[in-house]
Order: sequence, then structure tokens, then C-alpha cells
Amino acid sequence: MFFFMRKRPAFKGGVHPDDRKQATSGLPIEPLPLPARLYLPVQQHIGAAARPVVTAGDTVLKGQMIARGDGAVSAAVHAPTSGRILAVEPHPAPHPSGLPVETIVIEPDGEDRRQEEPDPEHALNLEPEIIAQRVAEAGVVGMGGATFPAAIKLNLGSRHHIDTLIINGSECEPYLTCDDRLMRERTDEVVDGIRIIRHALGARRALVVVEDNKPEALAALQARLYEMDTIEAMAVPTRYPMGSEKHMIKAVTGREIPAGKLGADIGVIVHNVGTAYAVHRAVRMRRPLISRIVTVGGGAVQRPANLEVLLGTRVEDLLAHCGGTRQPPARLLMGGPMMGQVMPHAQVPIIKGSNGIIALTAEEINIGETMPCIRCGRCVAACPCGLMPLEMAARIRKEDMDGAVDYGLMDCVACGSCSYVCPSHIPLVQFFHHAKGVLGARREQQRRQEEIKRLAQQRRERQEAEARAKAEAAERRKAEREAAKRKADEAKAARAAKAAAAKETPKTPAADEAKA
Amino acid sequence: MEPSLLSAIFILTTMGLLLGYGLGMAAKYLRVEKDPLVDEIEAMLPGTNCGQCGLPGCPSAAQALASRTAPVTLCPPGGKLLAQQLADKLDITVDLSAMGEEVPAFAVIDPDHCNGCTRCYKVCATDAIMGANRQIHTVFTEACNGCGKCVEVCPTQGLTLVPEAPSLRRWHWPKPKSA
Amino acid sequence: MLLLVGTALVNNVVLVQFLGLCPFMGVSNKLDTALSMGLATTFVLTLASVAGWLLEYFVLAPLDLGFLRILSFILVIAAVVQFTEMVIRKTSAALHQVLGIFLPLITTNCAVLGVALLNVQEGHGFLQSVTFGLGAALGFTLVMVIFAALRERLAISNVPAAFAGAPIGFIVAGLLSLAFMGFAGLNFA
Repeated sequence: MFFFMRKRPAFKGGVHPDDRKQATSGLPIEPLPLPARLYLPVQQHIGAAARPVVTAGDTVLKGQMIARGDGAVSAAVHAPTSGRILAVEPHPAPHPSGLPVETIVIEPDGEDRRQEEPDPEHALNLEPEIIAQRVAEAGVVGMGGATFPAAIKLNLGSRHHIDTLIINGSECEPYLTCDDRLMRERTDEVVDGIRIIRHALGARRALVVVEDNKPEALAALQARLYEMDTIEAMAVPTRYPMGSEKHMIKAVTGREIPAGKLGADIGVIVHNVGTAYAVHRAVRMRRPLISRIVTVGGGAVQRPANLEVLLGTRVEDLLAHCGGTRQPPARLLMGGPMMGQVMPHAQVPIIKGSNGIIALTAEEINIGETMPCIRCGRCVAACPCGLMPLEMAARIRKEDMDGAVDYGLMDCVACGSCSYVCPSHIPLVQFFHHAKGVLGARREQQRRQEEIKRLAQQRRERQEAEARAKAEAAERRKAEREAAKRKADEAKAARAAKAAAAKETPKTPAADEAKA
Repeated sequence: MEPSLLSAIFILTTMGLLLGYGLGMAAKYLRVEKDPLVDEIEAMLPGTNCGQCGLPGCPSAAQALASRTAPVTLCPPGGKLLAQQLADKLDITVDLSAMGEEVPAFAVIDPDHCNGCTRCYKVCATDAIMGANRQIHTVFTEACNGCGKCVEVCPTQGLTLVPEAPSLRRWHWPKPKSA
Repeated sequence: MLLLVGTALVNNVVLVQFLGLCPFMGVSNKLDTALSMGLATTFVLTLASVAGWLLEYFVLAPLDLGFLRILSFILVIAAVVQFTEMVIRKTSAALHQVLGIFLPLITTNCAVLGVALLNVQEGHGFLQSVTFGLGAALGFTLVMVIFAALRERLAISNVPAAFAGAPIGFIVAGLLSLAFMGFAGLNFA
């Protein structure tokens, strides 16, 4: 079965956009010079924001932790270089809304002084927990853009039986070449990272999946893989969205993730090549995640490039290094053109998940006027999840979110294939983003209301208990009073009886005196 | 009198009596004790008895909703979400666009005004206010329903309802304009 | 069997005989509501045809009281509807809430009375009456479900403002009626 699948990976739907990788695929990774300021948001990952552990005025060394992961799903942030903390303040986030997020601003001192770091060590005899712990300490997250804390996925081996590790080097988005270059230039490091991840997960087999439009990367990997490693590098057809976890698993193993489940539930874990590289650095070299490779591309950029960038560098610094823009970009994206986030301006920083900065010209984005849906069904054919985008969008347009959910909105991976093929230029995927946001807000509100209900209930119960306790106390006091009274009465009666008895006995002078 | 007329009167009377008796029996066996709808609606309401709907508390609001004497939009803390849920429950269509996208609000205590009178935390239905006598109180925003009861009782006007600031957590894409 | 199919499709109560239009337009906004309305009406219709036949052949015909037919039928139907309402309220409060006023209005659903009267007019036997009642009811349910499903789709499509809501509903009802007229060509012989 597997071998059959390897020859013809199953892939349903999807699109084949012009990959436009030629501009940068031949360019080696070049380091970006130290910028004047670094802006490090405390939220660069999915989950709870990290908690800053430095304050303005502190001096930090390269690799020093400046914000600690907070809670189960979170990731630490480290100083990319040595310097002084200028401020911990809100700063525009690399997010379409451009809303501010708590950001640590560092002024580099130019010395790039490192923290004491232990020597590289052999990592493959470490316990899986230690590996996960080191990855967590290094603040490694999913480098493909999802930014899910990587340590959590490394720990899954203890709870699930993982038989296959897939390393995603497909890089199916047009323009992006950072993973391609990484696989070509830092093959040994990537392969070592894969070995470490596989060891941590206890997976039998590991597969590096590369789309067939990157033959050099595939060749480089294959040259470094030994037979006994049981790590294979395989090519898959170039088809967007090959890099989506669900679709990659289906295409490579033939297994399908049931709706609402994760890859781990069917024994497969997917990590990005960039994550493998970061894991290698974190576990073997004990280096935290402080830089990443970013492709700067798009028709509006003067000199496209693959850059190794310190986290926190602002987008404008990258663009300036690449000779600026030929014309004001019609759209500035962080990530690829299919799923990337539109940036409000270039003053936002590079974060852990930023794999590309794409400045597109008006011709490249080809915005057409939106026309009515003609029910041609091309979106249905293109949807890699087997959904009916036109039906979902029609329901969302009429605010019928539940109807859209019935049509499988929650299984949508927002890959944008439907919008790409729509002849009427209907912004289908934007409808789904909107609907998911609304549903998320609704869930949040629901949760809040339930919380409020629970609190109100608790208070009522407490008040009732208090009232009951008060009533009981009153009852008890009354009972005590009565008991005391009864006792007094009894005592009185006893005294009276005694007195009576005493009367009957021959009078004594003392008794007479007492009576008097 | 014609016999057919008599028999007609007789037949109809008998039928009426029989059917009436049958229905009476049926009503006895198929009786529903209490309208379960009221309970269901009450379970949907916040249960803080804040009184913003103008009714004495959530149970009476549920009564009013079940008997359709109150609009589904009556509950400000519940907002649009609750109104929609109530409308679905009662199977009525309402235009909620007038309600607007509500932003959750919460109470904020001005420390300069607070004299530690404890009145606000005594009325808070969700125990969202923390404090002690003669000490400045604070609000747990997570637990605050924005019902505004505390604002009413504060003798120094030291409490205000503040809408939540927009944040990345709350932000989501607006609905695209389309044909 | 022929009678069943014939009543359900060819002589469909709603779309061919135009009986029972009130719930047809009124309770067809949602599919599940329409289905439960259809089922409730099925129950009432079948029971009413049985009761109607019994009444006709054991009480009215022997006593020669044909002129009491409409009156007594309505009496029986009203009783059956009341009974159904009680059953529904007991079993499903939510459904009772949803059907609302349309439940007691089955009483005045002319399809019910019409079917009972047609039974007499056509001189149906007992089994025939039951089949006729059931067929008509199934036809009613079928049309309700189809129409509700259509209206659910209409609700999400772009209808020109002037036609939005009830007008487009009537247009669709007319088209649906035309479609059912097509069954008149069925030849069972």
C-alpha cells in the first residue's frame, strides 16, 4: 500500500499556481546586518502570550530569555543579540489588524555577546523528555507558519503511538524559497534535527517530503541520508496545498485524519524542515531560536533575496536591505501569497513564523471585480478538503454561520484554493476567515456567559449556605438558651425540692438563716 | 316535530358529550405539569438577576419571554448572542442588526474615589469585586458581567463601565463586501 | 395501491386540488418544522378519514342525516386535532412551540375536511377511505418537505429585493404546482 502511494501520492483537489520561485531559489542565504532596533512581541506563537522577565533599562546577552512561556501552550522569547532593553510596551503586531501587542524593544550594542553555552553534545542518547524540555527552553515553534509550540508536539510520543514522522519540505506556496535554501545549504543540520525529532517521538519511520519542483534540495537530502537511518526523502507532485498537514499525511501515507482529530491520533506527526533545523540548534548546540530564514520577494522588491534575519527585525529593514521597492507595493504580505497575512505597514517585526515577506504589485494580485456566483463548481473541484465553498459562502453571506458549519466550515484549512480558481473573483476564503472569527467570538462569549452563570450560581449557593448557617446558629443559640433555661429551671426545682426536703427535716439554724 | 330533527339533535349532543368526555380523559392522562420552556429559557439567561431588563430577575424574565410579553433583546449582558439564541428557541425571527456588535464591558474602580464602603461587592452577582471594609476594592475583569449594579450603588461615583479595548484576541476579519 | 399513488401525486391535495394552502405557505420555512407539520397532519388526516367513514356509515347514513355531515365531521376533526395537540405537547414541547398556532389550525385545514367529504362523495369503502386519507396525507407531507427544502435554498440566494420573502415563495409554489400537474399524464392502465 505504502509503496503504491509513494509512486502516486493521493491528492484530491488543490490548485497549481505559477510557483514564481525562480527569482530567489538560486540565491544563497545571506545574513542581514544588525538592525538599529529589535521589536520582539511576547506573542509569536499559538497559545498564551509569554510573560516578560526583563524591564526597561536591563542589559541582555545574546540568547538570554527575555520572556518566559506562560502555561501549557506557550513559548519563551530570547534576546537575538546583546543590548539594552529600551521598553516593554505595546507595538503594532505583524497581523492584518495592525493592533498593538506587548513588545520588548531592544537596542543592540553591536557586540553580539553570547551567553555561556555548553559544548555541542551527542543528542541521540537523551531521554525524549529532556529533548522536549530543551526545545521548550529554546522557544522553538512550528516554523512553517503555524507557530504551534514544538515541544508539545515532541511530547506526543508518550501519549500516542507515533509510527511515522513526516518532515514537511514541500514549501507549496509560490515565491517562498527559504525552506528550499535551508535544505540545500544546511542539509546536515536539518538531517540531524530530523534524527533528534524521530528519536524523541519514537517513530519508526521518517520521511522528508519535498515537492518535485525542488530537485536540488531533494538531491542534497538524498546524498546525506544513510540507508540505516530509515529516513527517506521523497518527492511529491507540486500541488498547492501540499504543505497542509492533513493533505500531506493523506498524500504520503494514504491515511486520512478524521474531522476534528489530529495527525497524532492516526500515528503521524508532521514537522517543518525549519523546525527540524531549530530543534537541531536547540538540542545539540543549546541555542535558542533567535533568527530565521526569510524570503523577500514579489514583483515590487528591487532585489529579492533569502535572508537570515534576527527575530524582531522590522520588515522595513529587510526591504531596505533588498534595495527597497520599485513601486509602492499593492499588497504587503507576511508568508506566501496564498495563505499569508496582509500587513498594514512595514513597521511590523519579523516573528518566529514569518517565512516570507512578499511585496506584490497590482498586476500580480490581479484583483477582479466580484461578480455573482454562477455555480460553476470550480471551487468544489479545487477544494482539497472536499468541501463546497460556494454553499458555505452563500450561507455566511446570509449570516447563517451554523448552516456553513453544517457544510463543513470547521474542516476548511483556509488554503485559498477556492478563491484562486473562482472565475467570479468571489473572496471565498475571506468569507471563511470571517465566519471562523465570528464563531470564535461566539464561542468565547458563550464561555464567558457560562463562567458568569457558574459564578452567579456559586454566589447564590454561598448566600444560601450562609443563610442556612445563620439560621442554624440562631437555632442552636435558641436551643442552648432553652437548655440553659431548662437547666436553670431544673436547678431551681432541685433547689426547691431540696428546700422542701430541708423543711421536712428538723430545722437547723443555718437553714433558717438561709431562708431569712 | 320531525323525527330526523330530533335524532339530529340527539346525535350531535351525544357526539359532543362523548368527544368532550374523551378529550377530558386524554387531558388528564397527557397533562404537562409545567411549561418546560420557562426552565429552559431560564437556564439560557445569565442568572445574575441584575435587573437591567426591567424585570425583577432572570426567572421572571424567562416567564416573560416564554409568554412572549418581552422582546428577546431584553438582556443587555447576554448581548446579541443570547438574543439570537432566544429567538431560535422561541422560533421568532428578529432583526438583530440594530443591536450592533456589542463589545463586552466591565466595571472599573477609580482608586481615587473608592472609599472602601463594600457596597459594590455586596451587590455583585458574580463576586467579581474584591475588597474589604475601608480598603480600595478591585474588579476581576474576567468575572465581570458588565451588569452595572455596582455603578448604581457606588456612593462616590467611583465606578464606571468601560468597554473592552480591541485586542488581537478579539479581532477577526470583517465580512467581505461582495455582490 | 393505485389509489395511494394517485392521491399522493396525481391528485395531490395541495398542488392540484389546492386544499390546505395555509400551512403550506405558513410552516415551510424550515425543513424539520415542515416535516413534523406534515407528520402531524398525516396523523390527523388518516384518523379523520377513518372517523369520518365510521360516522357516515354507522350514524349518518342509517339515520338519513346527510345534512349533518359537515357539522359532525368538523366536530370529529376538531376533537382529533385537540388530541394530537395534547400528544405533541406531552411528547415534544419544543415541537409544540415551533408549530405554534398552526397546530390547532389543522382543524381548519380544508384538506382534512375535504378528504373526509371526498371519501363520502366518491363512495369509498373503509379500506379505500383509509388509503385515500393516508395517500392525501403523504402527498401533503411530500409537498411540504419539497417546498421547505426549496425555501431553505431560496433563503440563501440572491433574490431581487422586490421578490424577496413571500413573493418568490409564491412563484416557486406555482412552479411546483405546474410540476405536479405533470403527474396527470401518468397512466396506470
